[in-house]
Amino acid sequence: MTKSKKSYRDIFSKIGSLLALLILCVILTIATPSFFTINNCMNILRQTAINGLISAGMLVALITGGIDLSVGANAVLCGCVMGALVNRHHVTNSFVLIFAALAVGILVGLVNGLLLTKLHLPHPFVSTMGMRLVLTGLALLVVNSETVSGFPNGVTWLGSASIFSGNGFSGFPVAFILVILLFIVFHFLLEESALGRKIFCVGGNPEAARLSGINSDNVLISVYAISGFMCAIAGIVLVGRTGVANPASAMDSYDNDAIAACIIGGASFMGGKGTISGTMIGALLLAVIRNGLTLLQISSDVQYIVIGIVIIGAVCIDVYRGRAEEKARRKATVQA
Amino acid sequence: MSDYFVELKNITKRFPGVTALKNMSLQIKPGEIRGLIGENGAGKSTLIKILTGVYKADEGEIYANSEKMEFKSPSDAKMAGIACVYQELNIVKLLSITDNIFMGSTVNKKRTALLDYAYMDKKSRELMHLLGHDVNPQKACGTFGMGIQQMVEIARALVLNAKLIIMDEPTSSLGEKEIQQLFSTIRKLKKQGVAILFVSHKLEELFELCDTVTVMRDGEHVFTDDIKNITSDRLIKSMVGHQLNDQFPKVKTECTTEALHAEHLKEFGVLNDISFTAYHGEILGFAGLVGAGRTETFRAIFGADRLDGGEIVVNGKKAKIRSPKDAIKYRIAFLTEDRSTQGLIQKSTVRTNLILASMKKFQKGPWLDNSLITKTANDNVKSLSIKTAGLDIPVGGLSGGNKQKVVIGKWINTDADIYVFDEPTRGIDVGAKVEVYNIMNQLVQEGKCVIMISSELPEILGMSDRVIVMRSGRIMAEINSGDEHFNQEDIMRAAWGGTLQ
Repeated sequence: MTKSKKSYRDIFSKIGSLLALLILCVILTIATPSFFTINNCMNILRQTAINGLISAGMLVALITGGIDLSVGANAVLCGCVMGALVNRHHVTNSFVLIFAALAVGILVGLVNGLLLTKLHLPHPFVSTMGMRLVLTGLALLVVNSETVSGFPNGVTWLGSASIFSGNGFSGFPVAFILVILLFIVFHFLLEESALGRKIFCVGGNPEAARLSGINSDNVLISVYAISGFMCAIAGIVLVGRTGVANPASAMDSYDNDAIAACIIGGASFMGGKGTISGTMIGALLLAVIRNGLTLLQISSDVQYIVIGIVIIGAVCIDVYRGRAEEKARRKATVQA
Repeated sequence: MSDYFVELKNITKRFPGVTALKNMSLQIKPGEIRGLIGENGAGKSTLIKILTGVYKADEGEIYANSEKMEFKSPSDAKMAGIACVYQELNIVKLLSITDNIFMGSTVNKKRTALLDYAYMDKKSRELMHLLGHDVNPQKACGTFGMGIQQMVEIARALVLNAKLIIMDEPTSSLGEKEIQQLFSTIRKLKKQGVAILFVSHKLEELFELCDTVTVMRDGEHVFTDDIKNITSDRLIKSMVGHQLNDQFPKVKTECTTEALHAEHLKEFGVLNDISFTAYHGEILGFAGLVGAGRTETFRAIFGADRLDGGEIVVNGKKAKIRSPKDAIKYRIAFLTEDRSTQGLIQKSTVRTNLILASMKKFQKGPWLDNSLITKTANDNVKSLSIKTAGLDIPVGGLSGGNKQKVVIGKWINTDADIYVFDEPTRGIDVGAKVEVYNIMNQLVQEGKCVIMISSELPEILGMSDRVIVMRSGRIMAEINSGDEHFNQEDIMRAAWGGTLQ
């Protein structure tokens, strides 16, 4: 009796967010005929791509018990650096541009990691928040506060291209294929690699990890470098999607969306928890809500409110889940 | 109406697996300074927590001022006039002395919602003056030394009109001068009719300060007597008791080559010139009171804390150990005393915890070799008889004994040569204890070196081939198992600062 009850709860906590996503889709399908069309679905995937990429990086930071608030600014900076290279230095080779963006993203991540570990900061909240402002300033600086365009096709392809299009089908977005591929890599990184295991260990109990001979500093630096790498990819996709690099968008709420996707997907601010598949569901859920509300012609003010409530709800679920697990653990200890 | 301010009658408190207090009774008169001593784990802390309303007794009654009390929370105990100054001070260093003294009992200006700082500052100044310190109560607490911070805690008790102040090892972090100030304060309080329950690990302090002393052992009351009728020998004998234990499956092994040698280890304020040698094929016990520096010695050797001087030699070679990672390379294993916060990652699975310290061994390039991990983990579960529902359940769900076995497995997988067990059987049941002892036996039979830090003397005597006794960051004595001093009383004497003939 108790056993089956427990496993029900277990399953629910695992697929809860997936269930929420499905129910939401059913409701929107009934509410508006324009929702469940193949082209709208492709649209949602296109809208999920950027947040999905950033969320994957955010997830590893959250698993270590940290956070990366510089993600959005980092992504936009990577785009602006490419823009500056195109417009000021007339670089037209796509490989060089993409390489430059990746280098900037990873470098920013390394700085975040070094600030956290070498200064012995208790938590990366303030340091990455500071970096967010620094990066925003840099993004404005490199392009003289102007929105720049004129990127070569090799750069924009990633964010704008679709495959199998034709006959009224808008095509499957290449950006989302990239998301799927990178998420598979992340899955193996987190579940099957030694670094992944160390990331969970450092997040679950840094002191025990250290006393077991794990070099937590190196693990943390890698984590923020990974986050920076994902930001760079997101920055390239963003340039492709919009065709421009707009430094003013560096202050947009990319970090909020990414954190929300991770938390909805089962990650915890306390660290030590989170899956990449859950994060994917979280990112999709957010995109579906935005898309659905737009289709229902609900104005953006209400959209903000709804998304805000969803995020608060997800955090409440996180806290509740933590308490329930703690209780179950205590019970198990007493029984044994 | 009795003479006593507080009276405990037949208090019993049980925890899963242990009875912490058995039929304990205690009476304290107003203005009495009562010493309370006992070995580690004798039940002193539990008693304090019952008196202060942190725990609820399973059986027995508490009277304060001859009134039967039921403490549902610490604030109930405070209302009844019982306050406690804990070893770790509860001071907010950034707030002023006044703020700290009136924390939780602030006074408002009449008929307003504003705080009456004029009154509170004046009162704080008076209280601190009464306690022998003329300080500016508006200054932040953190700017003063430990001695004054402790007085602030005492003042907080006085503001609440406490009639009994419990002091849990109040002198442990104070200098000689501050201790004398504290004692004169306590005597002043006594004159005002405040009773003091003084818990200490230092016998000389009891003789200097207390009127009466209560000795506890194994959660029970041994005796309470006037200090005039007590000698330090009597105290030590009664703390130790005379129960014999044959729960120790000691096996005879051959002590061979030198494994670990420490030379003049120093850590300022913590360790003082520690030198010793541990050999392969022996169990070397480290005895002493809590805070004697045993754990600190091995944290430093293991690279978890920095040493300020000294040399470590492993297997005859000078070792450079800067981090636990280095120590593992020298094949040292350190089973920390607090398993849940230092030894294990509770949320992670049994499988992950078992490979935590030896991940490199299970790697194929960047990936983990899951089949090898499963095989090793299954071997661990079988050879250590870890009771778990599977390898993939979080280790936090296991019982204390099984958690400890997972920690042991984690270190066995590093192929360590020197095993440091810090309080290996704390909080685990008797059956599991014997299993842990058997694992230690097996390790020494394989010719490895086992060092066991333990606060349980029967365990030290039952399992060690040799014992080193520490006190206040120094080594006090080294006793072989064949030696005439290899008994509880002599070890306790050394741990309490006495000398052995």
